[in-house]
Amino acid sequence: MSAGGGIGAPAHRLGGYGRVTGHQQYVADIPMADALHAKLVTLDCAHARIISIDTSAALQVPGVRFVMTADDLPSPMPRFGPEYQDRPVLAVGETKYFGEPVAAVAAETKDAAEEAARLVKVEYEVLPAIFTLESALDASAELVQDPSIRRPGPLTGSNVLCEYHFGWGDVDASRADLVVENTYRWPMQTHFAIEPHGFIAAPDGDGIAVWSSIQHPYQLQKTLARVLEMPMSKVRVLAPDPGGAFGGKQHPKLEPLVAFMALRADRPVRLILTLEEAFQAVRRTSTAIRVRTGFKSDGTLVFQDFENDYLVGAYGDTGDRITSKASYLSAGPYRTPAVRIVARAVLSHTTPTHPYRGFGIPQVTWARECNLDAGAFALGIDRLEIRLRNLAKYGEEFIPGDTPADGDWAQTVRKAADEIQWGTPLLEGQGRGIAIGLKSGPTTGLSYATARFLADGSVLVYSGTSDMGQGARTIFAQIAAEELGVPVDRVSVVMGDTSVVPYDQQTSASRSSVLMGNAVLSACRSLQGQIRKMASRLYGVDEAAIVVDRGVVRLPDREEAIVDVLTAGLGRMGGELIGNGESRKDADPDHPLGGTALFFEFNCTACDVEVDRETGETVILRYVTVSDVGFALNPIQVTGQDEGAAVMGIGHALMEHLILDDSGRTRNLGAIDYRIPTTKDLPLDFHSYIVENADGPGPYGVKGMSEGSLLGTAPAVAAAVREATGVVIRDLPLTPERVWRAMRELGAS
Amino acid sequence: MSDTLHIEVTINGRRRGLDVAVHHTLLDVLRDDIDLTGAKECCVVGECGACTVIVDGRPMNSCLMLAVEVDGAEVMTVEGLASDGNLSRLQTAFLDHGAAQCGFCIPGQLMSAHALLEGNANPSVEEVHEALAGNLCRCAGYPQITAAVLASAPGVER
Repeated sequence: MSAGGGIGAPAHRLGGYGRVTGHQQYVADIPMADALHAKLVTLDCAHARIISIDTSAALQVPGVRFVMTADDLPSPMPRFGPEYQDRPVLAVGETKYFGEPVAAVAAETKDAAEEAARLVKVEYEVLPAIFTLESALDASAELVQDPSIRRPGPLTGSNVLCEYHFGWGDVDASRADLVVENTYRWPMQTHFAIEPHGFIAAPDGDGIAVWSSIQHPYQLQKTLARVLEMPMSKVRVLAPDPGGAFGGKQHPKLEPLVAFMALRADRPVRLILTLEEAFQAVRRTSTAIRVRTGFKSDGTLVFQDFENDYLVGAYGDTGDRITSKASYLSAGPYRTPAVRIVARAVLSHTTPTHPYRGFGIPQVTWARECNLDAGAFALGIDRLEIRLRNLAKYGEEFIPGDTPADGDWAQTVRKAADEIQWGTPLLEGQGRGIAIGLKSGPTTGLSYATARFLADGSVLVYSGTSDMGQGARTIFAQIAAEELGVPVDRVSVVMGDTSVVPYDQQTSASRSSVLMGNAVLSACRSLQGQIRKMASRLYGVDEAAIVVDRGVVRLPDREEAIVDVLTAGLGRMGGELIGNGESRKDADPDHPLGGTALFFEFNCTACDVEVDRETGETVILRYVTVSDVGFALNPIQVTGQDEGAAVMGIGHALMEHLILDDSGRTRNLGAIDYRIPTTKDLPLDFHSYIVENADGPGPYGVKGMSEGSLLGTAPAVAAAVREATGVVIRDLPLTPERVWRAMRELGAS
Repeated sequence: MSDTLHIEVTINGRRRGLDVAVHHTLLDVLRDDIDLTGAKECCVVGECGACTVIVDGRPMNSCLMLAVEVDGAEVMTVEGLASDGNLSRLQTAFLDHGAAQCGFCIPGQLMSAHALLEGNANPSVEEVHEALAGNLCRCAGYPQITAAVLASAPGVER
């Protein structure tokens, strides 16, 4: 390691200065001269037939320029979506979920826009709404989506968006000594990034510029180009660092609407959502997972049999992919001779569902790990032991045809067990739990990066990744610093502008440290190759005799710093070197998911809890999370991500759920009624650890991380609550009321 | 046009005369009228703390205060923490401890922490947690934020 801040160093966050001074500009902070303010018009119900929209009173408000309705948009209504082109720019004829916009006001001030939005008179007929799996799957259920916007196939006459069958072996022919069958439910939850989504659109010459808090700017560019019928080169997406995202900002939502409004106004238009509107824009899939687990009497797994139903929203969004990719891994990291998985994504009159940190895996982990505990209890086997007994060994092909176990997973599990002091006694009223989470990284991927080595030895890295808090910018700078031998504070990373920065497929699936990391590494290697040529020319040495590595040029008789060779080589004209890098994981058409796992995120979580018998409140006394990250490019950031994910997982386990009323309206919109963890909810004793064997596919052996640490939180906490109280709860969250009621029922029986 | 009132207020040491709409919050005026966008807007009901500023020494949710209420007051926003381009000890500690991740809640966290440390040179972990309980961080960097606040307490040796 050379000049400071290279790989493995706890380098300060790039962008940290702006974050602690208030100068960091999120979308809502961007000044925009002459901008109109937009405000959405929504209905007070989930499902309705729109009869008429009267904008006359709204248009009387001083400062109002226009009110956009479906009639002002192209016909047929443009539709879009990441997987299905089914989401309309504005509701047309019907609303399909609570909060779906039917119109939008454009006005000179926020005040005028808000006042006018209240004055838009919509006449509508409330229709019955489907917002549970049971009602959606009822044979007589109304169809949420008209078959004309569905992909043709046998399912278009039902509310099942798609159905998947995975597995191996023969479950029905398997003979088990014990079969445990239960259904586990996971509620709807909201991402609750502290930055609500923000969008600005502005005419830009013969094209358009759109600012968005989006995670996937290149997907937005493509979507806008299609909806607006413009070449991609005329659509410039600017994506400032999101203020938290967690999956909820992956895909386009209201940008097409704002773009149409800006084109109509021939002026910039800005739409900054309220937190309540953000709750109504996107949510997490809720699930009911029925699992049958077959064991031998010694705890060896014989089969795992899953029926996974994911309730998605009114539009397909990524509901299909979440359902398939997560369900495929239902059996977890365990060697299981027979596995059967039937998974369905089910449409409903609810908020469209984006990915949410963990991509559906926490839901299957909740079912699998709780049922594993149920088996261990029934068989009288220690819960750590039953996991270790079935855990896939390093290199074992635990899913036929997929990537073998890519880590020493037992090492991670033993570390967690050691740190929680598994097997030591607890006090009365306390309990201990342990759970394992496994998530596959991306199955395909494509990232480009460019690195410019400037004449003064400083570096510009161009990366289309979004830095939404995970610290992507910093680790890419560290890679460049390491390879080129410059201090990390002389590296800048340019992101978030599709007209300037080369393509990156997306920022998700904990992929960026591996895929974009490799692209940045390859751009730096290209620079090293050019430096080698330069050195050969400068010193009259054959290229083959020169090695360029990690900041150093090794000549046969001496070493030179890369930067010195650069300066000498560029000479008086100056200029720069430009390196391009590419990293891809190709599709595998024969694989059920279209590709094997690039890597696995593996985590083991263990905790001790105490439950208040009078209130049902769960206090986490000790909490240990251990993740196999391959290699920590920046240990401080790894800790922040691991501990942050764990705390988010604690929120999901103990407090978070969206509650709907009888007509499908969300009753707990906003921060007062939807609680997320605060400093007061931290475990009393809280530790994160990492396993580093440098065995990942990314630079220097990194694997993706950032999601692993919340995969097993809920089952670990629930197992500890079970041991503390004796109650078994299969519906999340474990609110004090739910735990208290379960304890009362147990006491009564 | 809405009613306005004239107020005199000192913001980050600079005295300003402002004509503010009577129904606008302090947060509205900071962000929209005088372009101090460090204080963030999230929940607008006083639950998330992203809009926290310091008014006459006390941390306040600027989304819950009408701007006219700060007539005659001293207001400090996150933009006032650094002086002459030098970060405060608290800001530096946030960088050292990796306390800022996405960063959106950080202005509010810094304001609450600054107000705490002004009145308590050597807070305990529990006191830090209590002082920051009204500042939500969805990156949940609470351990790192807490460590940064503790490390920068005036009562702690440098």
